[in-house]
Amino acid sequence: MIEQARTHGIDVSALKRGGERRSLASEEACMQVQDMSLYYGEKRALNGISMTIPRQCVTAFIGPSGCGKSTLLRCFNRMNDLIDNVRTEGRILLDGEDIYARGVDVPILRQRVGMVFQKPNPFPKSIFENVAYGLRLKGMNNRRELEEKVEWALNAAALWDEVKDRLHDSAFGLSGGQQQRLVIARAIAIEPEVLLLDEPASALDPISTLKIEELIYELKSDYTIVIVTHNMQQAARVSDYTAFMYMGDLIEYGDTDTLFTKPRKKQTEDYITGRYG
Amino acid sequence: MDKLNIDHHISQRFNEELEEIRNHVMTMGGMVEQQIASAIEALVEGDSELGQRVVRDDHKVNNLEVRIDEECNRILARRQPAASDLRLIVAIMKTITDLERIGDEAEKIGFLATRLAEAERPGNAYSELEHLGNHVRNMLRTALDAFARMNPDAAVEVAREDSKVDREYEAIIRQCITFMMEDPRTIRRVLDMIWCARALERIGDHAKNICEYVIYLVHGKDVRHIDIEDVEREIRDA
Repeated sequence: MIEQARTHGIDVSALKRGGERRSLASEEACMQVQDMSLYYGEKRALNGISMTIPRQCVTAFIGPSGCGKSTLLRCFNRMNDLIDNVRTEGRILLDGEDIYARGVDVPILRQRVGMVFQKPNPFPKSIFENVAYGLRLKGMNNRRELEEKVEWALNAAALWDEVKDRLHDSAFGLSGGQQQRLVIARAIAIEPEVLLLDEPASALDPISTLKIEELIYELKSDYTIVIVTHNMQQAARVSDYTAFMYMGDLIEYGDTDTLFTKPRKKQTEDYITGRYG
Repeated sequence: MDKLNIDHHISQRFNEELEEIRNHVMTMGGMVEQQIASAIEALVEGDSELGQRVVRDDHKVNNLEVRIDEECNRILARRQPAASDLRLIVAIMKTITDLERIGDEAEKIGFLATRLAEAERPGNAYSELEHLGNHVRNMLRTALDAFARMNPDAAVEVAREDSKVDREYEAIIRQCITFMMEDPRTIRRVLDMIWCARALERIGDHAKNICEYVIYLVHGKDVRHIDIEDVEREIRDA
């Protein structure tokens, strides 16, 4: 009855109670973390973390400083290998294959799992060369091809219109927000599957931050994105799923809507509402 | 008793803001309760002066609604509350809307009481309306108490009471129909009685709504528009 009466052409069946909550179980897995532990020397920084990173979604890691969220993020492309005294246990699967297995080519892994850091770190080169750099490493040398790909990446990073007339100027002449988008363009130019963002907007002003957030939203249709952020509102704005970590443990992991309105664990509640435990 | 620990924020100022806003809701609730009590008294005692005062005082309730709404807006804009804090603000904004409506119903009864004071008074001095009135007033008091203590069990109790109120209302309507059939000269007066009964029954509905917000606040479950048995099951599962 209601269906027919005065619905103004709106499909009311879509308004069913709680109909549109998403759930991790229904997502396709991109990366699977299996009982992952990490030690800095004697100190254990991750305590047997298990979780699934869903494909073409934005997953945010939140938690207080030192909780292990950046450490976990760096496990996803083996950035921790570069740190002395680091030992890991457990497995991380990318498309079902263990990235910590013997014989994995780490540079190729890092092509598939790109990373962007807190501080924009462009190379001391031109804007064009910054984006072209990874492509050249991959063996792309044809000028025409390079130009097309650089334009595509800069467009995807929502930077093209701002830099198209100064492609051969130094990247250091860009603002912080532009530099960060340039670094993202550089990361996506080589078409990774996964993009890891470690506090990508914390050094930026609010407008640049919103542009990065908008970009994250645009990019998730093609990439799996994992973001570490101290800014809870940012996690709430951009992510589909949120993981709350505390002292090396994964406390709660679930869809962002639920986590920010009705978290299951008291620790999560205390953290996101700014209470002391 | 504060299960949600709303006074445990690191920001002391935020604790104070939330405490203040809750106090204002309780003040508004107390004011509305008083309006109902006065309206019923005016009706039963045939006190047209008191009825007029209820009508005059309604704007105080309205002002408080506007003020609490402003405070909620300010907290939303400046604090971006999450989880139970967010649910508290949402519950408050909805609660004060229902309180304001209850105020309007009390005003209506005050107006009708003034008019009925001029008419011939029945032998029982509107005792059935007095009974219904006290019933819904108690419901409102318990609902506000459940809100203050964040007690969802008390809230379910009130929600249960609402069906009794509905039955009582039906009984009054049947009685009124009999009066009108017996003596058509009473129709004008009995119609006013029906309006009063209707207003009281609506107050019961609003009290029930407030209880639903309490359950939402504590359990994060939206229990509007579902049967009381299902509500209880939802709470058990929470």
